[in-house]
Amino acid sequence: MRPLLTDATLDTLFMVWWSTFYAVLIGIPVGVLLHLSARGAMLQNAALNKVLGALANIGRSFPFMILIIVLMPFTRLLLGVSIGPTGAVVPLTIAAVPFVGRLVEAALREVDHGLVEAAQAMGGGTWTVIFKVLLPQALPALVAAVTTTVITLIGYSAIAGAVGGGGLGALAYNYGYLRYETGLMIVTVVELVVIVTAVQLLGDLIVRRLAARGTRAASLRVGLRRVRTEEPAPVTEAA
Amino acid sequence: MITTTGLTKVYRSGGREVTALDGVDLHVREGEVYGVIGQSGAGKSTLIRCLNLLERPTSGTVTVAGQDLTALGGRGPRANAALRAARSHIGMVFQHFNLLSSRTVQDNVELPLEILRTGRRDRARKALELLDLVGLADKAKAYPAQLSGGQKQRVGIARALAGDPKVLLSDEATSALDPETTRSILTLLRDLNRQLGLTVVLITHEMDVVKTICDSAALMKRGRIVEQGTVTELLATPGSELARELFPVGGESSADDRTVVDVTFHGAAATRPVISELARTYNVDISILGAAMDTVAGKQVGRMRIELPGRFEDNVVPIGFLREQGLQVDLADGDGAGAAASTAPLRKEDAQ
Repeated sequence: MRPLLTDATLDTLFMVWWSTFYAVLIGIPVGVLLHLSARGAMLQNAALNKVLGALANIGRSFPFMILIIVLMPFTRLLLGVSIGPTGAVVPLTIAAVPFVGRLVEAALREVDHGLVEAAQAMGGGTWTVIFKVLLPQALPALVAAVTTTVITLIGYSAIAGAVGGGGLGALAYNYGYLRYETGLMIVTVVELVVIVTAVQLLGDLIVRRLAARGTRAASLRVGLRRVRTEEPAPVTEAA
Repeated sequence: MITTTGLTKVYRSGGREVTALDGVDLHVREGEVYGVIGQSGAGKSTLIRCLNLLERPTSGTVTVAGQDLTALGGRGPRANAALRAARSHIGMVFQHFNLLSSRTVQDNVELPLEILRTGRRDRARKALELLDLVGLADKAKAYPAQLSGGQKQRVGIARALAGDPKVLLSDEATSALDPETTRSILTLLRDLNRQLGLTVVLITHEMDVVKTICDSAALMKRGRIVEQGTVTELLATPGSELARELFPVGGESSADDRTVVDVTFHGAAATRPVISELARTYNVDISILGAAMDTVAGKQVGRMRIELPGRFEDNVVPIGFLREQGLQVDLADGDGAGAAASTAPLRKEDAQ
């Protein structure tokens, strides 16, 4: 039982790690494009915005089980295998990209447009706006988005496990459910709860650290420097 | 330094057209502080955003430092390289500061230099220099969240100066600040204007701002500039609404057989004690009902409302004396006076 659990845990971590990695890698540009191609934005492009938006909606409404099956030929083409933890990374990534894209879009929308304008007024172009304003300013929200993505992918990886993906989901299903090993099932579920909680706590901690940039020291600030001001010009008795 | 001709901006939304700017001709001379004042919705914000083409005018031209920005352009809302290069030499400060909360004060000031691809060491040197100039040398490593409103605006000003601009655009830079901080920021802008020869265009809805630092002013209403000129020129213009706003005088006549006149001081006469000369020469008792005098650009200017005994017919000679001294004298007949006349557009050329 011990090696069984260890292997399954490693498989789950493998699936979640790589699918998160690729989903973020692809999802951030998708989110940036969604944001910038919107009406009134810098790269306003109705066609691109509509196509990306439609793809994101379709991807997010697809039942994950069906997505795995539909993608099997594509996965085999890409990796040579369609099952196991490696095979599961492809549908997991594809399911998560629209999710990440929308979260990134929402995060960027929260960035004050005045900052974008300030960068443009300095002579900044699209790249400046993306890399020096939008992404750094949205960093706390982006980290929160990644946290949510990781947790969603942990849940998805369990579903992938039930159809040949391996990992904790497969363990709970094959041994716990089909073989009535209730003890193992409980252990597996508890482990998933622990992993999800740990990820959430870590994510929250990073977000808090990023969002609090400067404010901790602000509470310790002593006596604002008063700037001496000139008296207004005295009223002159000219007459 | 900055000239706009026939600047027009029309917003279209859902079939409706809103004209924010309606043929604005603006003339800002090199090295002056130029204030555009108007109520919200008058189009002043659109105007200043058109000066660096953050907002594309529907028609008309914008020339800054001899360069026709509207000709540079670029397609759609994106600016091309030439326009971006021009913008990097036009500083801009904002009402809400628009500092990046993710960067330290120094890194905020370095941002324009990063855009200009200045080397790391030069960036740091320049940023610290500028922070010293605005009096925040000790805050370089702080984050914007740790600063007060006035300090944030100083950082905004330092950032705006990083590209060695000839022109500084100020979009309601003091509107979010308390009166004392406003004064210190205005003093800073005035100092920069004098020390660096910086041309400053500021928009505001506060007459006090114009009064404190502007050499010239324009009044905007419904997308048009209805008056524009130096403060002295505005004062010299009969019926100027800006002059009345800048130097408001009040006071009712105390009896029927009195003559109430508004005397406007500008130019050489403003330095001589003409009222006491008048009293001595003609042996008349003069009451001062109200006065607003100020020193603008080193000259004493302002308006005064005085009351002379007797009807207007009896005071032709004393009034003639005042006019001889180079003062402008208008019969005060209630507050509505001159309102109709003031809508006539005033250009600098006309006033000279």
